[in-house]
Amino acid sequence: MSQVWNDICDLSDLVKNTGVCALHNGEQVAVFLDDESNVYAISNYDPCGNAYVLSRGLIADFKGKLTVASPLYKQHFDLTTGECIEEPENSVKAYPVRVEAGKVQLG
Amino acid sequence: MSKQKIVVVGNGMVGHKFIENMIEHPDYDQYEVITFSEEPRLAYDRVQLSYYFAGKTAEELMLTSPDYYDEHGVRYIVKDKVISLDTANNKIVTESGREESYDQLILATGSYPFVPPIPGKDQDHCLVYRTIEDLEAITASAKESKVGVVVGGGLLGLEAANALKNLGLETHVVEFAPRLMAVQLDEGGGDVLRAKIEALDVGVHTEKNTKEIVAGETCRYRMNFADGTFLETDMILFSAGIRPQDELARQFDIEIGPRGGIVINNQCQTSIPNVYAVGECALWDNKIYGLVAPGYQMAKVAVDHITGGNLAFEGADMSTKLKLLGVDVASIGDAQARTPGCLSYTYSNSHDGVYKRLIVSEDNTKVLGAVLIGDVDAYGNLLQMMLGDIAIPGSPEALILPSVDGAPALGVDALPDSAQICSCHDVSKGDIFEAVKGGCTDLAGIKSCTKAVTGCGGCAAMTTQVMNAALTEMGVEVNNNLCDHFEYTRQEVFDIIRTKKIKTFDELLAGYGSGKGCEICKPAVGSMLATQWNEYILSDDNIQLQDTNDIFLANMQKDGTYSVVPRMAAGEVTPDQLIALGEIGKEFNLYTKLTGGQRIDFFGAQLHQLPIIWEKLIAAGFETGHAYGKSLRTVKSCVGSTWCRYGMLDSVSMAVLLEMRYKGMRTPHKVKMAVSGCTRECAEAQSKDVGVIATDKGWNLYLCGNGGMKPRHADLFATDLDDETLIKYVDRFYMFYCHTADRLQRTSVWMDNMEGGLDYLKSVIIEDKLGICEDLEADMARIIDNYECEWKKTINSKERLKRFAHFINSDATDDTLAYVAERGQERARIDMDARAKIAKGDVIETVEVV
Ligand code: SRM
Ligand SMILES: Cc1cc2nc3c(=O)[nH]c(=O)nc-3n(C[C@H](O)[C@H](O)[C@H](O)COP(=O)(O)OP(=O)(O)OC[C@H]3O[C@@H](n4cnc5c(N)ncnc54)[C@H](O)[C@@H]3O)c2cc1C
Ligand code: SF4
Ligand code: FES
Repeated sequence: MSQVWNDICDLSDLVKNTGVCALHNGEQVAVFLDDESNVYAISNYDPCGNAYVLSRGLIADFKGKLTVASPLYKQHFDLTTGECIEEPENSVKAYPVRVEAGKVQLG
Repeated sequence: MSKQKIVVVGNGMVGHKFIENMIEHPDYDQYEVITFSEEPRLAYDRVQLSYYFAGKTAEELMLTSPDYYDEHGVRYIVKDKVISLDTANNKIVTESGREESYDQLILATGSYPFVPPIPGKDQDHCLVYRTIEDLEAITASAKESKVGVVVGGGLLGLEAANALKNLGLETHVVEFAPRLMAVQLDEGGGDVLRAKIEALDVGVHTEKNTKEIVAGETCRYRMNFADGTFLETDMILFSAGIRPQDELARQFDIEIGPRGGIVINNQCQTSIPNVYAVGECALWDNKIYGLVAPGYQMAKVAVDHITGGNLAFEGADMSTKLKLLGVDVASIGDAQARTPGCLSYTYSNSHDGVYKRLIVSEDNTKVLGAVLIGDVDAYGNLLQMMLGDIAIPGSPEALILPSVDGAPALGVDALPDSAQICSCHDVSKGDIFEAVKGGCTDLAGIKSCTKAVTGCGGCAAMTTQVMNAALTEMGVEVNNNLCDHFEYTRQEVFDIIRTKKIKTFDELLAGYGSGKGCEICKPAVGSMLATQWNEYILSDDNIQLQDTNDIFLANMQKDGTYSVVPRMAAGEVTPDQLIALGEIGKEFNLYTKLTGGQRIDFFGAQLHQLPIIWEKLIAAGFETGHAYGKSLRTVKSCVGSTWCRYGMLDSVSMAVLLEMRYKGMRTPHKVKMAVSGCTRECAEAQSKDVGVIATDKGWNLYLCGNGGMKPRHADLFATDLDDETLIKYVDRFYMFYCHTADRLQRTSVWMDNMEGGLDYLKSVIIEDKLGICEDLEADMARIIDNYECEWKKTINSKERLKRFAHFINSDATDDTLAYVAERGQERARIDMDARAKIAKGDVIETVEVV
């Protein structure tokens, strides 16, 4: 089955090393841009703090892994896999994401 | 079995130490302790007595409290002197007629000031310096005097002279001997000290034997000296030495020495075995020790002997290091070079007022003593070499020459575990090692768990060295690196940013770091860039560095919504502004509360509402309150002289001025200030990083206090300042803090970890010891000039406002939020699971969101 991609926004709407939140098939998704123009997408929900906030966290290099530190209690979530490093049982979903013709798309 | 009863006569420093050691003894439950004090209060810190003039209260000087004694079953009777002793029947009687029997009696009666038998010495305004009551009398007398004379140029005399000078009197010191501090200093040292003290406008008159005190012509009194000269003065303070308080022993058949003092053996027993004497009343090996450390040692020995141990008192070292009238002075061991055959080395520099003399053994290998004036850095090193009988590495003169490269410093490794590092509190090298192993890994921790450095402070440098040695030994690399990405301390990073004029994180990371940065270094660097350049924190370069609170200029709450705190400088608010706030709160249905910082906080604002709310706030004349930043929070004020009948100065105007001056300044941790209009202190200024209290002569400045997790009172830093000097000092203080503190280190911990502590801070800020004050002021001026309300700037930028939408691709809002009604407002739904988790401590790191 071929993957369906939704346009989210222009790449130029993102600021490097920060995140935004997108509404995608009724779910809140946190989308991040790093300093090499790679995009990442994981759930916006922080299970540790029980709130939809991950898009508003700081991007952190955690021993070589690119993560976001939750703005609530600072647990790190791997941007590629959604794994919660401190509390693996609280890992979140990662979404397929790409940039096509200047548009950020979620799958 | 009935308990043994111990009566302690005298509740001074040593009497209390004895009791404290008893309480801490494992067998304490087999004893019952009762103590009598002639003074109207329990033991206080006599060593720090002079701080009373600097604003410390009797309460703050206390070493113990009725509560502590009650809790441990110690009975105490104050203001009742023991006047008779019956050693045959083991009984004492007090002035009020109270009788008490004992099994063991402890005489801890201290000493009294010696007043030479000069005719006229008993008049009003002829005073001594020993108790809090004496100090009250001195303060009262100074109010009616212009000139004051201290009789006696020893340690205490100079301390007393300092007090008189601070009380605003023209001050003189009259000394019988040919030089000041004759007991501790040699002639050269005495000369340098004299020059330094005269330069402070204190008259020094040596070789003066006062013959009589008669009525004066220009002042209240005239002191006539044996050599025919005279000096006029309004008050006289005798500080001509101490005499042991041995009157009880003398009258009731306990052996005393030929020149006074209760004779004790190595176990601190007097001639009657169940009567002990400790502290300044005791005579051991024909010596009276006028310092507190030997007294503490005696207290320890007496407790040990009573409880069946075999410790012995074997004499004590009398080396001292202090600051007299702002001049550093130290004397170690045989300062007068009395040891037969000893050699000496002298370094003297009259330009800088430095004098150092080192006395070494005949064979040039051991330190016997030293005199240091003006530069006492070598004190700890030399003292340990003398006490530890350590061979001098290399040539002796290098030990006192100004620090040329390669001067042999004593490695603390060379010291035995038993080496005493802090003499005030008898803390050994081994004690410090143990404390470090127990988890105290910074100076502030060592201070609180061993008490080292909390007495005279003279051991700070040595204590730090020992602590670092212990950390190294434990394999803890003393690593103050900012984080994994920067192998520099925060202070070093700050220096790099300043000197290399770095303006962005990327530039810094490329040149001096590794990896991509993290949630620790990014906000820390963001804060430093802001302190140094004060550019817009939401510029494209800076935005990636900010925590969510700084990005959205509001504090994130538990449910992902935000709080909004407009600035309300000094807590002042007009009725119209209040109405505007009320309307905004109502329109957006925000939970509204007064904060502990005298302003209004709205809670529950959603991301997309923030700019709309702020537009309205700005229209009503508000600015951002920076409740989200590591920055100045509030300057709390009391009502002050404009309305309050006690107000000395206009505390509200000063608080507004300070808040407007420092608003927006980014700091290593948040800072808080307060201004009170008088000593009643309604603004609680002494609990702030910077506290200001009005007096009848100006402003008193207090620094480095805080509330929070570990409350700490601020220290009095300077008194009676005018507006301009106050602001100058605060500018310098904040900038020095910004330049040198660690990340998230509040001012109190910063100062407590600083070698030299408060005195050092004074030397940097008041005396400009490092020669950096001009730079500090210029840096502060730049911050103030570049101030801009971040919210004003943000709502005027379309580009920036884009961020304030919950979804980048939809106008929908977060539908996961839920509220409950409570007391007429709505508040966030409480999530019990998350709460339990926080209570259990399952949180990664203390929340450092703000
Ligand atoms: C709102 C307020 C409570 C209130 O409703 O009264 C408050 C709320 C918070 N305080 Fe506070 N503190 C508030 C006054 C205080 C005070 C009292 C004062 O300032 O007079 C103290 C003790 C005094 C002090 O700081 O020395 C105080 C000591 C703390 C501490 C402990 C700091 C410490 O050194 O131990 C933290 C934690 C921290 O900063 O790391 C903290 C942290 C916080 C945070 C930022 C926690 C967080 O990250 O969410 C709270 C932010 C809530 C928000 O969104 O506004 N708050 N906090 C007060 C805001 C005052 C203001 O107008 O700005
Ligand atoms: C201004 C000042 C500065 C000093 N600075 C230093 C310093 O920097 N370093 C240092 O090491 N030392 C310093 N000292 C000395 C230090 O304070 C003393 O060594 C220490 O207080 C001695 O303790 P003590 O318990 O023997 O005597 P005290 O502290 O004098 O206590 C004796 C107590 O016994 C009471 N008492 C006496 N007789 C009776 C009686 N019959 N019945 C009931 N109570 C009685 C007295 O009223 C007094 O309260 C300083 C002293 C002063 C005054
Ligand atoms: S601190 Fe003094 S001036 Fe200020 S309100 Fe209180 S009593 Fe009045
Ligand atoms: S030697 Fe006085 S505090 Fe340590």
